[in-house]
Order: sequence, then C-alpha cells, then structure tokens
Amino acid sequence: MVPLSYYLLLSAILFSIGAVGVLIRRNVLIMFMSIELMLNAVNLSFVAFSRFLDSLEGQVFVFLVMAVAAAEVAVGLAIIICIFRNKATVNVDEINLMKG
Amino acid sequence: MELALFVIFGAVAVASAIMVIVSRNAVVSALFLILTFFCLAGLYVLLNAQFIAALQIIVYAGAIMVLFVFVVMLLRTGKEARRGYRLIFQKSMGIIFVVLFLLLLGSITLTVAVTGMRGPYTAEAVRHIGNTQAFASVLFTDYLYPFEIISVLLLAGIIGAVVLAKRKR
Repeated sequence: MVPLSYYLLLSAILFSIGAVGVLIRRNVLIMFMSIELMLNAVNLSFVAFSRFLDSLEGQVFVFLVMAVAAAEVAVGLAIIICIFRNKATVNVDEINLMKG
Repeated sequence: MELALFVIFGAVAVASAIMVIVSRNAVVSALFLILTFFCLAGLYVLLNAQFIAALQIIVYAGAIMVLFVFVVMLLRTGKEARRGYRLIFQKSMGIIFVVLFLLLLGSITLTVAVTGMRGPYTAEAVRHIGNTQAFASVLFTDYLYPFEIISVLLLAGIIGAVVLAKRKR
C-alpha cells in the first residue's frame, strides 16, 4: 500500500502550484483556476486521511467542499463577467477601482 | 502495481497542474485543469473512495469546468503581457515564498507520523457493504444538518449568479 506521506506530499505540491498560479498570473480566470487547484489538493489530503484512519468523515467533507466550490465558481464567474462588462479586461492589475 | 499507478497519476497531475499556470491561453489552461481532475479521480479510486471519484468527474470535470470553458469562450481575453507587473519582484518573490512554504509542508508530511482515533470503516468493512452505501449512512445520519445547509448555500449561489450576471436595464 502506498504510504500516507506520499499522498500528503503530492497534495502539498499541488497546493503550492496553485498558490504560485495565484501569485504570478494576472489573468483573473487563470487565478480562479489556481484556486480550484488548491481546493482539489486539500480534497486529496482529506480522502487520504479518511482512508488511512478507516473513517468516512473525510469523504463527507470532500462532498461539502465540492458543493461549496460549485457555488463559489458560479458566483465568481458571474462577478468576472460583470467586471469584464464594465472594464473590458480580465487583467487584475487594471481592476483597481477600489484602490484608495 | 498500486505504487506504479500512484506514480503515473501523481506525475501527470503535477505536470498538467504546472501547464495550467504556465499556459498563455486560458482555454489550454482549462483543458489541462480537466486532466488534473481526472488524475485526482484516479487517485481517489486508489484510496477506495469510488463515490468521491465519480463526483470528482461529474461535478468538477463536468459541471464546473464546462462553466469555466464557457466563460473563457465568452470573454475575448487576448494575450496576457509577460512584463510590467504593478508590484515589482511579484513573480520572483511569489515563487521563492511558495518554494519555502512547500519545503515546510514537505518536511512536516515526511516526518510526522499520523496517530489518531480509528473509525469503524476499514477496507474490508467498506468492501462488504459498498462504498456508496457506507458514505450515505455517514452523510445522512451524523452530517444531515450540514447536508441541508449546503442545499441552502447552493440556492444562494444560483440566485447570486443570476442577479450578478443580469444586464442592468
């Protein structure tokens, strides 16, 4: 059986890739995809813990995270469409209307 | 065999995740993100979570990514500029700090042994009654209230998306 630490390490790598994506990209759609990547990395460690602790609670939490992610994507993409309609850009450096 | 599958799925997941964040084209990013989700579904099957694997493909690779691709197609985004960040050193400092963060996480995951209270659902027990039935018996007894509240959250999400994306008259 593959040890738990391998799954946790893979989850940490995927989370870090997602964090790099949020930090270095300025296309708001790709930043949003990186956030999805981070959510999935956390889901992987939930399922791994659930398997190695003989408990199904982790899978229940993954189910809840997926529902929250679906709601988040729907609202987030609606906000992006709203911003694009007003500013005609998806570059986060140009979306600075609320900057003091 | 299991280790080989883990290595294949993990390597493809990491490679396609890197492609998501380096690709210049948002549609290419979305397609590589779908590949990452499929690899994660394979890992969930390796972890005896078949129901979650099916949900991963149906909800993430299906519903959420269709929404993403649809919005990417809807907005003509054009090419992203490579230079001229508003914040200086944003790219280099971001990568440096995330690598440090990864070293921290990696040292924790490789050294700390997980000890906790074990639940009743061993691999044999789950195989005997079926993963979906075992999952449902936990979800609809101990976690019934979160399940009901999540339905309210999804309703709020639907209404919020419609109100935000509606064109003002």
